[in-house]
Amino acid sequence: MEKRVVITGLGVVAPNGVGIPEFTEAIKSGKSGIRFFQELQDLNFSCCIGGIPDISETLKSAYFTPLQLRNFNSSGILYGCIAGMDAWKDAGFTIDASSELDFDSGTIFGTGTSGVDKFREAIYQLDAKNVKRLGSTVVVQTMASGISAYLGGILGLGNQVTTNSSACTTGTEAILMGYERIKAGNAKRMLVGSCSDNGPYIWGGFDAMRVMTYKHNDSPEKGSRPMSATASGFVPGSGAGAMVLESLESAEERGATIYAEILGGAVNSGGQRNGGTLTAPNPVAVQHCITSAIENSGINADEIDAINGHLTATSKDALEIENWATALGRKGPDFPYVNSLKSMVGHCLAAAGSIESVAVILQLKEGFLFPNINCEDVDPTILAIIDEEKIPKKLINSPLNIIAKASFGFGDVNGCVIFKKYNH
Amino acid sequence: MEKEALITALKKIVKPYIQDEEAFENLSENTDFIKDLKINSANLVDVILDVEDTFDIIVDNESMEKMLTVKAALEIITTKLSEK
Repeated sequence: MEKRVVITGLGVVAPNGVGIPEFTEAIKSGKSGIRFFQELQDLNFSCCIGGIPDISETLKSAYFTPLQLRNFNSSGILYGCIAGMDAWKDAGFTIDASSELDFDSGTIFGTGTSGVDKFREAIYQLDAKNVKRLGSTVVVQTMASGISAYLGGILGLGNQVTTNSSACTTGTEAILMGYERIKAGNAKRMLVGSCSDNGPYIWGGFDAMRVMTYKHNDSPEKGSRPMSATASGFVPGSGAGAMVLESLESAEERGATIYAEILGGAVNSGGQRNGGTLTAPNPVAVQHCITSAIENSGINADEIDAINGHLTATSKDALEIENWATALGRKGPDFPYVNSLKSMVGHCLAAAGSIESVAVILQLKEGFLFPNINCEDVDPTILAIIDEEKIPKKLINSPLNIIAKASFGFGDVNGCVIFKKYNH
Repeated sequence: MEKEALITALKKIVKPYIQDEEAFENLSENTDFIKDLKINSANLVDVILDVEDTFDIIVDNESMEKMLTVKAALEIITTKLSEK
């Protein structure tokens, strides 16, 4: 029999808050995590603002041993381990280096690229003909699966331990992959999530593509403007989101706190057809992904209370709203509430889907909708499709039952998850 | 450099990598890096890099393979220092 899948633990490392209490407070109050970085300006970036989580040396040493931190230079793995370990503890497990191997628990923890700063260090050494000087730390910090390898060892996971990668869909896809594994009965618990490095070496390619905003270097907190008429490109972010997925049976047996339930979801690709390209989505496929997710979850489109969009603050935001309206068959006053966390944290790339899903689950658990900041001037193209009151600009406290979360990524790949408040 | 001074320097180098405190406290010439100090075998290359930095010597591949005990390390370091 197919298992029901619930969420029993959360962890987050976001530009506007590290740890669940700080992050919850930040998203409720509409706190921006976007800052100006002199380093970007010195490197001649057009966009010199971004989102980097604030991690002190004291916090680092609470999660890593001095040996682990020796020659450690992978911000994505740092964020992913903190978020992953937090989620694991939040689910009621202890972290113990000599714990017994658990064949029923695994991890699918995604990333785009791993340890880009570490890789840069290594290339300088190699080009200076010092290959031996790389030591033992380069491979594990730069292999794509570095993050799942670190977490697998720290937590003693004996089920599947792997990393997925599908650009900005990565985090959402990881959740669905873990969900399917538990649903099929192949694992009892899966730690799922994703992480993304910070800084110029990960963001530079996007700056060169002119997809990041260059208009807000003097007003960083105003820079990330999803759904705004004056949106002028995304603001790059970084961090990690993590959650423990568990079969309902296992969660009940342990008496674990249940945050929410995953009803279902879908991933697909637009195949770079029908207007889809390496960088733009095929609208037919986006709509198909959303309708498949709804069908797969056994709900009706009109049961969706709110949407957590991909909505990056580029010219594609209006197209996304149109795709949601078409897929759900709901528009104007009938459209669900919609918000985008990117207004506060920027586009956290591979980490976006997981950080944003953590926000969705907090909204369901506590009954609120976080505000869209920087959206005082909603794009008129969007207002031709949906009513303005559907785009909350202030915190709304209200019980919610079902939220749809979608992410879309380069390569024309899509993911949509349906989360539901857990009511037994 | 005197042997005692070399051992003291070597102890400082291996300290971050050891996983057996007791064996580390009782470190002698006969101590084995992996068996006694429980240093992760992957970290042995990092120990050798730190030896190179500390003594300003180059440890060749052949010597690296032999450098599994305190005694072997002392011999290699002494030889390399005398060749300088």
